[in-house]
Amino acid sequence: MSVLLTPETTFIVQGITGREAVNLTRECLDYGSRVVGGVTPGRKGREVHGVPVFDTVGQAVEHHGSQIDGSVVTVPPAFTKDAVIEALDNGIKLVVIVTERIPRGDVAEMVEYADRQGARIIGPNCLGLIAPGICKMGGIGGPAKDAEKAYEPGVVGVMSRSGGMTTEISSTLTAAGLGVSTAISIGGDAIIGSTYAELMPFFEADEQTEAIVIYSEPGGRMEAQLAEWVRENDSRLPIVAFMAGKFMDDEEMQGMSFGHAGTIVEGKEDSATEKIARLEEAGIRVVERIDEIPEAVREGVSK
Amino acid sequence: MRFFEFEARRIVEQAGIPVTSYGFCTTPDEAREAAAEIGGPTVVKSQVLTGGRMKAGGVKFADTPDEAAAHAEEILKLEINGHMPRGVLVDPKAEVKQEYYAGVVWDGTAKKPLMLFSDMGGIDIEQVAEEHPDHVGRGHISNLDPVFDFQAKEVIAATGVTGSQLNRATPILARLAELFRDGDMLLAEINPLAELTDGRFVALDAHMEMEDEATGRQAELLREKLGIAEDDTRDTYVPSEFERRVKAIDAADHRGVIQGKDHNFDGNLGLVIGAGGGSLTLTDAVRSQGGKPANYSEIGGNPSVAKACGLAKEVLQKDGVEKIAVMMSIVSNTRVDIVARGVIKACLELGRDPSEAIAVFRIPGAWEDEGARILDHYGVEYYDRSVSLWDAAGRAVEKVQGAS
Amino acid sequence: MSDAASAGDSIFIEIEMSDAVASDPELATKLQEVCPVSIFKATDSGPEIVVSQLDECVLCELCVEAAPQGGIEIIKKYG
Ligand code: SF4
Repeated sequence: MSVLLTPETTFIVQGITGREAVNLTRECLDYGSRVVGGVTPGRKGREVHGVPVFDTVGQAVEHHGSQIDGSVVTVPPAFTKDAVIEALDNGIKLVVIVTERIPRGDVAEMVEYADRQGARIIGPNCLGLIAPGICKMGGIGGPAKDAEKAYEPGVVGVMSRSGGMTTEISSTLTAAGLGVSTAISIGGDAIIGSTYAELMPFFEADEQTEAIVIYSEPGGRMEAQLAEWVRENDSRLPIVAFMAGKFMDDEEMQGMSFGHAGTIVEGKEDSATEKIARLEEAGIRVVERIDEIPEAVREGVSK
Repeated sequence: MRFFEFEARRIVEQAGIPVTSYGFCTTPDEAREAAAEIGGPTVVKSQVLTGGRMKAGGVKFADTPDEAAAHAEEILKLEINGHMPRGVLVDPKAEVKQEYYAGVVWDGTAKKPLMLFSDMGGIDIEQVAEEHPDHVGRGHISNLDPVFDFQAKEVIAATGVTGSQLNRATPILARLAELFRDGDMLLAEINPLAELTDGRFVALDAHMEMEDEATGRQAELLREKLGIAEDDTRDTYVPSEFERRVKAIDAADHRGVIQGKDHNFDGNLGLVIGAGGGSLTLTDAVRSQGGKPANYSEIGGNPSVAKACGLAKEVLQKDGVEKIAVMMSIVSNTRVDIVARGVIKACLELGRDPSEAIAVFRIPGAWEDEGARILDHYGVEYYDRSVSLWDAAGRAVEKVQGAS
Repeated sequence: MSDAASAGDSIFIEIEMSDAVASDPELATKLQEVCPVSIFKATDSGPEIVVSQLDECVLCELCVEAAPQGGIEIIKKYG
């Protein structure tokens, strides 16, 4: 099995006629994903690589004839909130937000709305997710043949704050013969729909997954939250973490990309060094190099 | 985007929170007038976007309008932490009975705004939270529902405040939470929130910061209500020559994105790297293996040849740069061959032999075979995904050290 | 073959057009439309190669498909 996706997963692409969305649609179709419609207001009646385009999500659902599982949202930042809520109100339960630079308040609103509907948001500012051999939802891994090369079905669940590093890490796992159960590009923003800790229960429940690898960066409390989750839950899954951005710890680098607001709520847990310490305290193995990951995973699994 | 105190106070005032009748002045004469209007003792405060103005002499008390004007003259000329003041604020010297703190920030874990209140105002809230945690009240508000006054009341009551103080502070914190949400703020704090000897509560100082992503849709507040010009972006960071030039190259063409930073980097190995996560990982890998990066950079979104060339040229021309390392994590959108053309073009246009100037080229992914052919033609060795990011960085370090 | 392009100073890419293509104003308009990186400029006498853009060619072959068989050839100077 896999996490969040199945071979039957159906999804639409909102903003499907945009340049990047057209590519993404092609890639997902080539991979075998079931893209059942697209939405761009005013473009009803068109087709994108054979996928029918509608004015509203409601029309797409009606045309499909039954519930649609997911949506990949690629509309500009000013329109994203409306598009996501439209998807949620039409019964969609998994929304991947690709769009970058969405104001934080909008993201928080969408996430709270999704929570109330029992739906899940991945992103924003992410490349989506992939269950190798099963479904690719979003631009993750690129064209189908490239995605196949980097992502082979296997035992490791991958979660990453960087879209590109999701593929780099998965490719390393694939080359080592471990493969990937599901890889999720969770997004690079301060507030995202699904954090590591919030996704852990899904991997926990997935029989195929035997270990977790995360890619982390400075900023935010997401790693501390994962450490807490691990302490409070007796997880069967060993976790290996890689932390990028250690150079930002240097005294003279500070203040270059850290705001004041986060540091009050989050204490002094923002830096790479602090995060590494916190993860290690919780028993999470932190490696210094991406190429050490497969070995660390093997050791974790065999324990 | 950060606001000056006089602007933050205006924002607070418009939200219905009481403030003292302050005056914003840019000349000593205006300060004299403002002080005369206030009548009685005043405080003259420098309007700068930096902390520590009290220590630096940017806050002075005056008994007469003439004294206020004299202070203003001095303060207007006083640079604080490299910042010249925008003006001064002339404020009545308040008769304060007690100082409180009221603030709203984002809680990224709960994904909701968090109200904070303390009966120990006037000092840094972080310090209070650490030393007197029982004096800090906290409570989330919904992103969707209205802010209810009782939620603010609960936060304040948690610090032990009761009586008329509780009833006066409650609407202030609730209005602050609303303005935080409506104004796309990252931070909204009133510190100190003062209880005057006559029992009134007023905001004596306020700090506000708006999220940059939202400045577009907050135009009405920014331009009409506060009169802030569009080009007044408040960037406190002064970009280097290199950073400005890379930015200009990026802006010249809409395809792809490049970024360059060299603040605090001055090594001999130029980095032409990408994308976001890859750049962080690679910069660490170079430094951990004893390398000295000359800069940080990011390539993403499939840039044009001209853009990749522009970035590589800027890096190659930086003082002290001996070689460049061209490295990225596996790419699926950015094309290997296009980046290869860009960096080789940069070398050739600067009269450098690509096989000597490019220490390492490690970009696996889209169009990698085509990229490898181009590099091969110029004698540059191509590393695919079988060479890890760490090893690629290590080889770049070796090569540049062997060269010097 | 016309040598309109070979006089340029591109590093990586060269484009050769047959004489028929080079003197076809109608095709010129079409080429100007299809090329995503503006390598063709339509003139009254036919397509002109914008030499400064040549190295931006993304090898999509849309121009090759738009022209009659063998009318346009993309040459990679890196072999
Ligand atoms: S191959 Fe594509 S990019 Fe190159 S010249 Fe032809 S149309 Fe333009």
